Amino acid sequence: MTPAMTILFAVFGPLVAVPLIALADRSPNLREAVTLVTATTLFLLVLSLLPLVSAGDRPAVALWELMPGLALAFEVEPLGMLFSLVAAGLWLPTAVYAIGYMRGHHEEHQTRFFACFPIALAAAMGIAFAANMFTLFIFYELLTLATYPLVAHHQDEAAKRGARVYFATLIGTSIGLQLLAIVWTWQATGTLDFREGGILAGHIGSGAAAVLLALYMFGIGKAALMPFHRWLPSAMVAPTPVSALLHAVAVVKAGVFTVLKVVVYVFGLDFLQETSASDWLLFVASFTLISASLIALTRNNLKARLAYSTISQLAYIVLGAALATGLGVVGGGLHIVMHAFGKITLFFCAGAILVAAHKTDVDQLNGLGRRMPITMLAFLLAAISVIGLPPGGGAWSKFLLAAGTVQADYPWLMAVYMLSSLLNIAYLLPIPGRAFFLPPPADAPRGLQEAPLACLIPLVFTALGSIALFFAAEPIAELLMPITTAGVTP
Amino acid sequence: MALGLYSYWVVIVLMMAGFYIVIASSNLIKKIAGLNIFQGSVFIFYISLGKVEDGTAPILASGYESYSNPLPHVLILTAIVVGVATTALAVALVARIHDAYGTIEEDDIHGQDESL
Amino acid sequence: MIAANLPALQVVLPLIAAPLCLLLRREWAAWTLATAVSWMCLAIAVLLLDQALHVGPIRYFMGGWAPPWGIEYRIDALNGFVLLLLCAIAAVTLPYARRSVLEEIGRERAYLFYTVLLLCFTGLLGITATGDAFNLFVFLEISSLSSYILISMGRDRRALTASYQYLIMGTIGGTFVLIGVGYLYAATGTLNMLDLADRLAAISDSRTVRTGYAFILVGLSLKLALFPLHLWLPNAYTYAPSAVTVFLAATSTKVAVYAMLRFAFTVFDVSHAFGDIGLSRILLLLAAAGIVFASITAIVQSDVKRSFAYSSVAQVGYMILGIGLLNLPGLTGGIAHLFNHALAKGAIFMALGCIALRLRSVQLQDMAGIGWQMPWTMGALVIGGLSLIGVPLTAGFISKWYLLLGALEQEQWLLALLILGGSLLAVIYVWRVIEAAYLQPAPARQAPVQEAPLGMLVPTWLLALANLYFGVHTEVTVGVASQAARLLLGAAS
Repeated sequence: MTPAMTILFAVFGPLVAVPLIALADRSPNLREAVTLVTATTLFLLVLSLLPLVSAGDRPAVALWELMPGLALAFEVEPLGMLFSLVAAGLWLPTAVYAIGYMRGHHEEHQTRFFACFPIALAAAMGIAFAANMFTLFIFYELLTLATYPLVAHHQDEAAKRGARVYFATLIGTSIGLQLLAIVWTWQATGTLDFREGGILAGHIGSGAAAVLLALYMFGIGKAALMPFHRWLPSAMVAPTPVSALLHAVAVVKAGVFTVLKVVVYVFGLDFLQETSASDWLLFVASFTLISASLIALTRNNLKARLAYSTISQLAYIVLGAALATGLGVVGGGLHIVMHAFGKITLFFCAGAILVAAHKTDVDQLNGLGRRMPITMLAFLLAAISVIGLPPGGGAWSKFLLAAGTVQADYPWLMAVYMLSSLLNIAYLLPIPGRAFFLPPPADAPRGLQEAPLACLIPLVFTALGSIALFFAAEPIAELLMPITTAGVTP
Repeated sequence: MALGLYSYWVVIVLMMAGFYIVIASSNLIKKIAGLNIFQGSVFIFYISLGKVEDGTAPILASGYESYSNPLPHVLILTAIVVGVATTALAVALVARIHDAYGTIEEDDIHGQDESL
Repeated sequence: MIAANLPALQVVLPLIAAPLCLLLRREWAAWTLATAVSWMCLAIAVLLLDQALHVGPIRYFMGGWAPPWGIEYRIDALNGFVLLLLCAIAAVTLPYARRSVLEEIGRERAYLFYTVLLLCFTGLLGITATGDAFNLFVFLEISSLSSYILISMGRDRRALTASYQYLIMGTIGGTFVLIGVGYLYAATGTLNMLDLADRLAAISDSRTVRTGYAFILVGLSLKLALFPLHLWLPNAYTYAPSAVTVFLAATSTKVAVYAMLRFAFTVFDVSHAFGDIGLSRILLLLAAAGIVFASITAIVQSDVKRSFAYSSVAQVGYMILGIGLLNLPGLTGGIAHLFNHALAKGAIFMALGCIALRLRSVQLQDMAGIGWQMPWTMGALVIGGLSLIGVPLTAGFISKWYLLLGALEQEQWLLALLILGGSLLAVIYVWRVIEAAYLQPAPARQAPVQEAPLGMLVPTWLLALANLYFGVHTEVTVGVASQAARLLLGAAS
């Protein structure tokens, strides 16, 4: 199979699973088999592109032009390679987990639930491989549409409210701001292709560049930059597997991935440095970073706390992009991977706790470590990675991001990173702490009571993954290096 | 001078009068009457357009040099037909409105519909 | 022989078929004839557009009389495109209409419905095809009179008052056009559009011409429901029979927009008309106000059909915006939106017609949970709604893209934000319906609600799929629209 075919299969292949899943409505086992086969195939397809990309190739395929000069086209570059690997790679554990969760929790409308997943993944692949901003935008919107039914899954009043905020924010920012930015870019430069070094240099002045960047950054609502972050906690009304894959991996990472793409390939790091167009973003991202961590501290609902933690961690990546330095961008790219593994584990654990012990709040978790030792241990490992302590993978990405602040001559931002990491400790570690060291309530049942195996295996896998990444950070950073002019090694 | 084109003054007066009746009257039949006056003014406007001073009907005959322009008259025949059709349709509609509401006063009709 | 007379056949065919329907009286016979005629018209329209695009404008002299004495039909890229739209909509509406008409109008009166519908179709085709200003007025009245009748056929008695209201406003609009044409004739002595354009160029500053121009534009604005002259539209669309709403929403305002384009660009000198009088600013202002007010009004309606009727007023604003922008991308966007919006609104009103058939109501609260009971119908409505919002890969996205581009090219930032803001308001009034249909629990009913009959679903889905097709393949829409826009702007320079 040629690389071009591989790309097309990766983007459109998952859609084939949708009618199959719908047809297998009557037989859940067959239906889930379709999901698992599709997820495995997708991961292998994406993986087969990796050697090419790391060898410096940029496999590409162009479909047709939607409007003159605006083609639907794909090109795989390192950043997109990484994002697609993460999204496709984590779909499989999520699929296994979802099977355990949905059955263990006796959810309704499971067919619709499983049918929406491949569409969302196809959209994520489209975003990852998009060769121009136009293609990216199309799949960005498709991702929002495909995930709306997942967020509104429970169809009750709370789900309706949450889904409404989710949809309104994401569609509102993307149509209201991002589309304007895209048309403006097209009008100014006559192209929307992602090119190394950017396309805007020489076409607009520095003031206009700052405004355009603002339209992009706030227009990419999926990156959850304040004040457009409310959708993330609202979307937590969704079933936990959705929160795990979509709101720790595919959707939010699609957001920060788009941020990195725009910064690197539309603006260009040199252009940003020359014009200082991204200076204001440093403050907005720092503010988001710190205040989201502070809000996380005050949240007692476990999923809400994780949601605010996600907002804060996304801001790390946006801040890395705003630095407009090689280290910042590579650190940001690396953090996409590290945080994805860490956060998905945390969400898996939250879901497992809900399924096995029916607990949703942090202060109900006292002594739970004795009933669910494996889950809570996984939670601890993932938390270490998210905080950025060795031997968690997050240590490397945070290290690179911090180094980026120095490279960009903004040492005070290092303090922001450090402060936030302390806050991370404060809101994450008490959770396993309560579970292991505080006595359980008197009426708690005794003995082991873990979630079903289908839930347990994925979360152990991703927890171990976030530790393993500590040792695998170097190849990933090397993969990313070509996208920046400044070379770095961890 | 201004009075020389008196037919245009007639047109303007009729047009405004008709328009006023359409807007101000709340009786549906009176509205139609106003509409007719309004349209009639336009017909007169067209007819007077075609008139040539000292011209006669456009029939070739010895002893006449100057003829009126027949085209606007022909055009307005079409427009009159359209006007008649409009009136017929409007009256038919009013008859059905009367059947349905028992009144042809606009205010009464609105009052009834809001209570629906 | 036939090939040479296609422009005439395009209009004459439905005109002859209309009285035949009256004579046939049988419901099935009238329906079959009307449908067959609409399909033949579609074939003719395709041939005409193809010829107009590749060979050049087609001139056809009625009865062999050369202009300026005779009536000329003139088909170029612009009206060829509109003809195609009209025929395509008619060709899918008629198969759809059968079941709906049997239900809402009844078997005995159905043949009358098809007669009048064909007359309305004739009028719209005539407006589009003709190259003669007075002839345009006559066809305008034919289409208007027949649409008053069509609207009055609605089940609700308010259809009668809606029709009456439309009759009064429509007649005033039509008469305004008549006065304007009279002024132009008085100033130039011709009624042929090309002739007019030639002769007006020299005397465009005279007061007579300006007055005539103003009368024509105001008259057409009434017909195309430009804010604030839109008051007749919401009631007319709401209370008309479902099939009529589909047909009128997708065609009649579009044709009036076409007539406006024709007068503003071909007949009048565009630089004069837009430059000196400042028309462009007026149009942009009214269009902007229409988009905002009509969209907000649409959001608060409890009757879904009415909500989408107000949305039509807002969408007309987009088309006028394209005209007012006066540049190639803007005008392309406006013309493309004329087409794309017809597809979107057609699909939406068809789906609402299906719902009206089964539920006997299109109130928002009655539609709770309908998405699970009529999945196909609601699916089509969702696609139409997405196209209305302008989501990528739907037709609506394409036209909004060009409108945005046009606004940015003029550096009209406020307008650009307004175009996007209008889309966001559309998100609200579309999503209200989607939320009710999918996320509200269905009320307990005696009998479960069935999916709509296949005869209605197929046309509905045809239009829904057309929204997707033209969102992905834009060679036809954007290609023709930009050629038409170039023609209009080129005629000006």
